[in-house]
Amino acid sequence: MSDTADTGPVLAADGTPLKRSLAKALRVQKIRALLLIAPLLIFVLISFIVPIISMLSRSVENDIVQNTLPETVPLLAAWDASSGELPGEDVYDALARDMVIAVNAKQHTKLATRLNYEQTGIASMFRKSGRTIKKWDPVADAPFKEKFLELHDGWGDIETWKTIQTHSGAITNGYFLNAIDMQKTPDGIQAQPENKQILIKLFIRTLIMSLVIMGSCILLGYPVAWILANLPAAKANLLMILVLLPFWTSLLVRTSAWKVMLQQQGVINDVLVWIGLVDDANRLIIINNQFGTIVAMTHILLPFMILPMYSVMQTINPTYVRAAKSLGATDWTSFWRVYFPQSIPGIGAGSILVFILAIGYYITPEIVGGTKGVFISNRIAYHISSSLNWGLAAALGTILLVVVLILYWAYDKIVGIDNVKLG
Amino acid sequence: MAEPRSNDAFVEFERVQKSYDGETLVVKDLNLSLPKGEFLTMLGPSGSGKTTCLMMLAGFETATHGEIRLDGKEINNIPPHKRGIGMVFQNYALFPHMTIAENLSFPLEVRKIGKSDREAKVKRALDMVEMGAFGGRRPAQLSGGQQQRIALARALVFEPELVLMDEPLGALDKQLREKMQFEITNLAHSLGITTVYVTHDQTEALTMSDRVAVFDDGRIQQIAPPDQLYEEPDNSFVAQFIGENNTLMGTLKEIKGDQALVELDDGEVIDCKPVNVSQVGERTRVSIRPERVEFNKDRLQQGAHTLKAEVLEFIYMGDIFRTRLRVAGNDEFIVKTRNAPDQVRLEPGTQIDIGWLPQDCRALEA
Repeated sequence: MSDTADTGPVLAADGTPLKRSLAKALRVQKIRALLLIAPLLIFVLISFIVPIISMLSRSVENDIVQNTLPETVPLLAAWDASSGELPGEDVYDALARDMVIAVNAKQHTKLATRLNYEQTGIASMFRKSGRTIKKWDPVADAPFKEKFLELHDGWGDIETWKTIQTHSGAITNGYFLNAIDMQKTPDGIQAQPENKQILIKLFIRTLIMSLVIMGSCILLGYPVAWILANLPAAKANLLMILVLLPFWTSLLVRTSAWKVMLQQQGVINDVLVWIGLVDDANRLIIINNQFGTIVAMTHILLPFMILPMYSVMQTINPTYVRAAKSLGATDWTSFWRVYFPQSIPGIGAGSILVFILAIGYYITPEIVGGTKGVFISNRIAYHISSSLNWGLAAALGTILLVVVLILYWAYDKIVGIDNVKLG
Repeated sequence: MAEPRSNDAFVEFERVQKSYDGETLVVKDLNLSLPKGEFLTMLGPSGSGKTTCLMMLAGFETATHGEIRLDGKEINNIPPHKRGIGMVFQNYALFPHMTIAENLSFPLEVRKIGKSDREAKVKRALDMVEMGAFGGRRPAQLSGGQQQRIALARALVFEPELVLMDEPLGALDKQLREKMQFEITNLAHSLGITTVYVTHDQTEALTMSDRVAVFDDGRIQQIAPPDQLYEEPDNSFVAQFIGENNTLMGTLKEIKGDQALVELDDGEVIDCKPVNVSQVGERTRVSIRPERVEFNKDRLQQGAHTLKAEVLEFIYMGDIFRTRLRVAGNDEFIVKTRNAPDQVRLEPGTQIDIGWLPQDCRALEA
């Protein structure tokens, strides 16, 4: 057998190529491993990957106009919006046919909501018109232009038609433009009016506040992690329970507790007034603003900073510091030159964890943030549950995801992801 | 070697005690002084207090009582970084995030030595341990023996007068350990530095040291040069701990200056040298080194007492023969003989007479 190995592929004892024999021998193992992870894999696929993909696709999806007005859209495409004249009779006829079907299927209100994001007033126009259109016969009652114009002034407004034409594509960048305070108008891409420009500001605020929260977690968590790692086991366990205690308390309870602490008639203000540091008339405003959000979120995210730091510090042999001291370094120098550099992987891991959690945090800013302390995620939640503009919510979410990925990439470039240890 | 006088002692422990929990003493009344340039080894089983002593000298533990002096100055309250003592740790403690050169440069940087001076010293130290080409590497890229040399170089690079070593060779394999033992002693003697070396390996202690302090139960049991320690142990612990030993239990029958008669438990009488027994009728543990037992009658002293022995086992070990005997009820009596052309190989079952020079047989406390 071995003499054939020089010329061809290596063969197993029975003459089959060794690679194939090996693959065959390992196949059962591989299938077993796959079966073991299959439940989780399927779960993650269904509950995580599919929803994310569907959400991301909503940020560009715009087939509602085409689907609801299948005949109108192609005809309208030929219309020259800059001519200053209304579309021709054929467009109105097509619209009547489409609308009758849509009204009967109750689809016209959805379209109305969609178009209303772009031009306020369209929704009510659709709703009012719907009631009459329902009674029309698309063949017998033609022509429709006059009837539409009688029905609502909006149908005679060139802007309405421009809006429908601009947003009739199956895929749109409109939501993304909205997400960065721009808008897609018939005259091209423009900035939102200044009073509507809040999202970029919100993004920047979210980033800065997450960084501040991360920084305060590092400052507060590092000494605690150090003590945890250096105490004898029995005492360390007790302290560890104190660190983990917040984990076992409901997030909502913890956040509400901060509300009790921080409000103007709350514990902190009462104590300060009682001591005399603060005048009763000028109680501190430390909630419903950025300060409140930072305090509460630092408290809530602190364990995520302490635990990775602790697990890294535990592995740092105390003889390193002893060695540094025996070599003539002061306490500070041996800490800064020898201990601290070895603890950086823990800081890195904790920082990534806290920052990424903070940037998408929702409940705490919602409760203690007021209007000035809310995050971009609160805006996303608003668009999902109140304004029902899921496209914009999806676009905001996508941007958030991309920003986190970019930051992660940058972190990898600067610090190196190998330097992150979670345990 | 004469016991150094207190006034030229470089390192001194005076009545030092140490307790961690306030209930038991780990170090009980330690008195020790060593002159400049001496290589002293602290030897003892684990928990004997030897490492604690080293740590007190380095400044990482504080003495509960007593005084530690370095070059005549009391150092009890001086923090470790001001003591200027070089130290080699058990696991080397090379800083993993620094290169070898940075590791060596560290003690010089904290002493605010200029860059060019620093580089020269680092280079000299690396050359001294024959690791000149490794300056740019990280500790993890070196083998255990290489790391050991770097740790040594780092402890010496700032030219301390005293170097402490805490079981530095514990992690190395046997061959490398023997080589490093030789290198460390050579280096210490050629640089004239005072060394305190902690180990639990008695071979290491014997081969490397000028003097060995044997620790047990928080006390120094004996402090002496290696040969004296081996041949003239002061008490049973030292006799048992250093090297191999045969022991026979008996009662002191007669004592005449440097000679004593001991009646063994089976009634036989032997000659020995009394060490720390003085009362006739006192229980005693008689101790004889396996290589000092003689069964060739021609080589025994005239009139010396002999004992009957039965050969139980003969073990061929290459350079030596190891013969196990039953002597005075003791089945573990070992005789070591050199593998020489004329050496007798004793067959199991043979009855022989054994004896020794009286000074090789030491009567110690039971």
